[in-house]
Amino acid sequence: MSFQRTQEKLKILSDAAKYDVSCSSSGSKRANTNKGIGDATGMGICHSYTEDGRCVSLLKILLTNYCIFDCAYCVTRKSNDIKRAAFKVQEVVDLTINFYRRNYIEGLFLSSGIFKNADYTMERLVAVAKKLRTEENFNGYIHLKSIPGASDELMREAGLYADRLSVNIEIPTKDGLKKLAPDKKHEDFIKPMKKVKNEIIQFKEEKKIIKSTPKYAPAGQSTQMIIGASGENDFQIMQTSNYFYKSYNLKRVYYSGYVPISYDNRLPQIGSAVPILRENRLYQTDWLMRFYGFEFSEILNERNQNLDLDIDPKLSWALRNLHEFPVDINSADKRMLARIPGLGMKSVYKILNARRFRKLNWEHLKKIGVALNRAQYFMICDSSKFEKRDLTSEKIKGLILQNSKSKYQQSLSNQLNLFG
Amino acid sequence: MQGRNLIYDGTFDGFLSAVFFVFEHKLRAVVIQNKFEMQLGLFSDAETIITEEDKANRVWKGVKSKLSPKGSYQLYYAFLSEQKGVEAILLDYITYAFSNAQSVDKDYSHPSVLKIAQIAKSVGREKHRMEAFVRFRLTKDDIYFSNIEPDFNVLPLISKHFKRRYADQKWVIYDIKRGYGLYYDLDKVEIINMEFPADFKFTKTDSEFFQEHELEFQKLWKDYFKSTNIESRKNMKLHIRHVPKRYWKYLSEKQPN
Repeated sequence: MSFQRTQEKLKILSDAAKYDVSCSSSGSKRANTNKGIGDATGMGICHSYTEDGRCVSLLKILLTNYCIFDCAYCVTRKSNDIKRAAFKVQEVVDLTINFYRRNYIEGLFLSSGIFKNADYTMERLVAVAKKLRTEENFNGYIHLKSIPGASDELMREAGLYADRLSVNIEIPTKDGLKKLAPDKKHEDFIKPMKKVKNEIIQFKEEKKIIKSTPKYAPAGQSTQMIIGASGENDFQIMQTSNYFYKSYNLKRVYYSGYVPISYDNRLPQIGSAVPILRENRLYQTDWLMRFYGFEFSEILNERNQNLDLDIDPKLSWALRNLHEFPVDINSADKRMLARIPGLGMKSVYKILNARRFRKLNWEHLKKIGVALNRAQYFMICDSSKFEKRDLTSEKIKGLILQNSKSKYQQSLSNQLNLFG
Repeated sequence: MQGRNLIYDGTFDGFLSAVFFVFEHKLRAVVIQNKFEMQLGLFSDAETIITEEDKANRVWKGVKSKLSPKGSYQLYYAFLSEQKGVEAILLDYITYAFSNAQSVDKDYSHPSVLKIAQIAKSVGREKHRMEAFVRFRLTKDDIYFSNIEPDFNVLPLISKHFKRRYADQKWVIYDIKRGYGLYYDLDKVEIINMEFPADFKFTKTDSEFFQEHELEFQKLWKDYFKSTNIESRKNMKLHIRHVPKRYWKYLSEKQPN
């Protein structure tokens, strides 16, 4: 492989791929059984972190940034005047293997601009994965992008070689999609997602009968939405997200604060801030739904269509539902413990275990790592000291904010100024 | 009662032999010290404990019967931290475990149990970091070579991971700080000690030792690292929290141009 040409291509095609935020390499079960290279069991590994603080786990590149579509929010859109390049299948294979052998990466995340048509593109993505698995004996992680509109046959083949498949719906509502990506149809996104979902279900059924059934996308599928490009509120975004989790059994939905890349007047202009704080609040909501036993409608509903920026969504919920508190740490069930602001699931499990030995007091909780600054107003423990004043929600919020320093202080005041 | 000072050879079996000695003689006030840490003269009455595998195994078997699997690996992890005074906390934990009918490893309101869980967590984090931050460089002998300087003695913990993952390539991971390494010869992992030339620079990829294309791949990786970053989201504080500066020395993507 010619070093200089590869270097040039890699620069172009990794730069174009970086807006896809997924870098997960966990959740697969592909063991190294053939004395080959690589192993994708157990948890993922972040081999490095970029200066923006994001995990680098996979070699994340586009096969090509030539594209027949002209989606306004996308940096590789047809009308954008940028350098174009395309990797050969073998080049991607060589790069992946050589990076992997040096312990730089967990595997490959291959996406692509759409050249000619959906199937032509998908075929090439599948060819890379197939070569890695069958010729190189590669057991590392492979994440392939499902190209909207790709045929069922190709999607089936893709899942046999890939650990994860994803198709980015990017714009949370159909109206937004019509406005920003007029060439793309909502159904085209759904089609491969549906196929993959059904294949996974079928695999699980067959596996029960025949143990050697070949794996199908063992790390499931995911999608991504851009935040702040097309004017949706948090309720609409999370409603879409909730729908995808429930209807397509997605492993993850990613939220990507829109990074302005265009002077198109349908979009936030270049130079406007990336909504990092809002993105964070959406992830917190996502976590509450997936791990903390919250229903979507408890956090966002017709009355509360946007998340608070200055406090986290669990605290917001608690302040709206003061009648559920205080919770007794020494007797409450897991569900209610998980609802106390300032208590993460790890602390919840520690408390459940530790209280079997003795009643827990403030000192114990502090050592365990509970964020008492928030939790103290919502709980009682083995101590005569607890919040006895009958405080209003407003008052509690004020006290908490007064005694805490958000790591987002800077962006918070900026964003509030923008709206204020 | 007079305090006793026990010196062991620094190995886990040695430490467990010392614990055996403590129980055997029903000692109360006792200090267990690694021989490398022992300060001469300070403990003139120090007694050297001879490492005996069968005694060590008896203690370990007892510990395992008293704790959950997680509890016993936490003890081993905490031991590998090599932290000053960790032996005292381990001894207190083990004594507490033996004196209780039920398993105590989740009793996070007990000071030694919590402390061991916390130290084990740091060691676990370091193990995970080494699995991430090892950077192999291909030598002229076709061996993928990496040097590390971990805070804790984590080589025994990462061996399995690398053996499973890189089953079809020869590799060496060398702990420069502790002067030993792991060598995988396509069949098994061995502990090795190496002599390096006096002028050998661990941060430099010298063409005398490394393959011609090695530097090119480092360059590609470095380019990739740079172009995958989103400048408008720059957050150095977060970056440094994930990749603390002390690890930068041997990360190819962090080498100066």
